[in-house]
Amino acid sequence: MLAKIHVTLKNGVLDPQGKAIEHALSNMGFDGVDAARQGKYFELDLAETDREKAMKNIEAMCRKLIANTVIENYSIELE
Amino acid sequence: MKSAVIVFPGSNCDRDMAVAIEKITGVKPLMVWHQDTDFEAVDFIALPGGFSYGDYLRCGAMSARANVMKEVIKRANDGVPTLGVCNGFQVLTETGLLPGALMRNANLHFVCKDVSLNIANSASMFTSDYSGQSAITIPVAHHDGNYFADAETLDQLEGEGRVAFTYGTDINGSQRGIAGILNAKGTILGMMPHPERMIGSELGGTDGCGLFTSVMNAVS
Repeated sequence: MLAKIHVTLKNGVLDPQGKAIEHALSNMGFDGVDAARQGKYFELDLAETDREKAMKNIEAMCRKLIANTVIENYSIELE
Repeated sequence: MKSAVIVFPGSNCDRDMAVAIEKITGVKPLMVWHQDTDFEAVDFIALPGGFSYGDYLRCGAMSARANVMKEVIKRANDGVPTLGVCNGFQVLTETGLLPGALMRNANLHFVCKDVSLNIANSASMFTSDYSGQSAITIPVAHHDGNYFADAETLDQLEGEGRVAFTYGTDINGSQRGIAGILNAKGTILGMMPHPERMIGSELGGTDGCGLFTSVMNAVS
């Protein structure tokens, strides 16, 4: 089973890298980008075949390592 | 006073920290490798600066989960004075021993210079020898020192006197200018500036000594 995980900064947490990307896009002539936020993407290849168990496990992995929940949110997709 | 310096792959201020500790306490610290699971009893633990694990995932994230950290966390929770400098501060927040997180500097620049620090709390075991001084000069060298915590946590830190140092002028976007914070018991200090780099006139000044002498006085 493949888990796809997105980690993004929480709303209200300043994202200076996202801001820099937004400015760079504007400097390059790409208009109309109102805001850019940078995040991270992970793929985990899992041996587990039970979706519920897999989800529970990945939740724990996200909370304990993959995301820092002080500043980040995470979302999980299972395939 | 016996000390330990924890060494991770990618630590690069571990030897500076060891030199500072030996110079001030007169005793060479143990150098404890990140894979160790136990080490001798010590009176003081230091987590040094650097780029442990190449800053993979987030600064300090991998180190916070290293083998040796189970023991460090246990001892720090038991009250052994623990100092984290720069990457060491990032490791302490990643373990949850200290609240908040260190994010990329707001101006995106790596900041490397001497800065003026306000002594926000001169009553702690790490800062008592700074009493009577309002500010000291200590170098910083970091890319991810932008302290973030939610407003409630920040109010609590300020209200409980747990902000040890603030920057004289903003250098990295840290919330409320925070440069160093204490845990609730006042036995754990995390700070971005490097006191171990300011321990002799040949290094540009001696303002870092007070931190180590304060700890020494507190444990002896």
